[in-house]
Amino acid sequence: MFDITLATWQILVIKIIVILTVVPVGALVGGYAEHKVMAHLQHRLGPMYPGGFHGWATTLADGIKFLYKEDIIPAAADRKVFSLAPAAIMVPIIMTYLVIPIDRALIVEDLDVGIFYLLAVGSLSTIGLLMAGWSSANKYALIGALRSAAQLIAYELPIVLAAVVVAMLAGSLSLIDIVETQNWPFAIWPPGIGFIAFLLFTVGAVAEMTRVPFDMPVAESEIITGPFTEYSGMRYIFAHMFAEMGHMVAFGGIGATLFLGGYQPIVPIPFLDFIPGVIWFSAKTMFMIFLFLWIRPTFPRVREDQLQKFAWKFLIPVGLALVLVTGAWVLYV
Amino acid sequence: MPEGYFGQYATIGIFVFVGVALVFGTLQLARLVRPNVPSYEKSTTYESGIDPIGEGWSQSNVRYYIFALLFVVFDVEAVFLFPWAIVFERLGTQALVEMVIFIGILAIALLYAIKKKVLEWL
Repeated sequence: MFDITLATWQILVIKIIVILTVVPVGALVGGYAEHKVMAHLQHRLGPMYPGGFHGWATTLADGIKFLYKEDIIPAAADRKVFSLAPAAIMVPIIMTYLVIPIDRALIVEDLDVGIFYLLAVGSLSTIGLLMAGWSSANKYALIGALRSAAQLIAYELPIVLAAVVVAMLAGSLSLIDIVETQNWPFAIWPPGIGFIAFLLFTVGAVAEMTRVPFDMPVAESEIITGPFTEYSGMRYIFAHMFAEMGHMVAFGGIGATLFLGGYQPIVPIPFLDFIPGVIWFSAKTMFMIFLFLWIRPTFPRVREDQLQKFAWKFLIPVGLALVLVTGAWVLYV
Repeated sequence: MPEGYFGQYATIGIFVFVGVALVFGTLQLARLVRPNVPSYEKSTTYESGIDPIGEGWSQSNVRYYIFALLFVVFDVEAVFLFPWAIVFERLGTQALVEMVIFIGILAIALLYAIKKKVLEWL
């Protein structure tokens, strides 16, 4: 067989290239899945022409189209902040992919503080949204940015508490350790506890992505596209579309890793080991993405005050109680 | 990978650098191929087709400063929760009781905020 020895830096370069290919490819596939899944849930066909077979190249064509669009910066806008904001939104999302284990060996860096890093980096995008909203000098954008900031901080806490529950069950913050301890996925095994944490995470994730039903910040019927109203061309893609899809794939991967057993088989049967970890991971990630897409045509938009009430008066108390219940479970059961 | 504690953070640095390069590289690529035909109408502020009234940086009611304060409280709590979550199994019942007290105090604070009706988005 092959016997290749690579220097550590070569391995690092390969891993970074692989992971950074996953980001745009994942976003393209996610975008296509969004078109198609939503269409079929609504008894439509969705895009059928680009690329020939069931419109597979739709999102690719969209991306190229946006590359050729004029980049308009409004005269009233704060030019520097306005043009930097898309990067401030996109880069943190790319950074989350650093610690997501696609397979036992396919992770750029297995940080000791993996989950903590994810949560820390994940909250950076809020700054980008505020930058975009404020620098646009547009009333819709300003309202949208303030709404997103309020929403992102409110729904960050359920995710944090769900992550604490996972850390308690696994006894580690490293994502590789978390996957390895899941003989049964956390969403199934500590009965109830893991599943409630999984629900908290999913609801929080949908809100963090500002997707329906929590899409008040970009509610098109009242504030156009919120913070992204003035953006056009490639900057719009980075600020909104690519960011949302990248976020969705990242949250799918995080959910699969924390609650569904990541690259491990879904049930601990030795027979299933022949399927490579990459396939398990992708299947679970796609399942998570399907959940996010399924929610979109199912629920109506939630009003801003209901949204805040739901987070602060329901999700966060439930999360706090869940942390204590998990503590009792780990110690006494 | 670079080894050791600082090695891990060096990897993060490299990754961030490549991520930033990816974003700005694509924007530069777009600059090469996109048209640039500026006009006055295009660069006005968008207000659904009507001429913009007043400034975009208008006074707005920041309704959620209390939410932001509470968020800081609970986010700092998370900083304490994570180290505890790793070691509490070794420390046993005592650690759990301490965390019950800690979360109890925070829960009372949240309850107080709800009773004071500061968590109403007007």
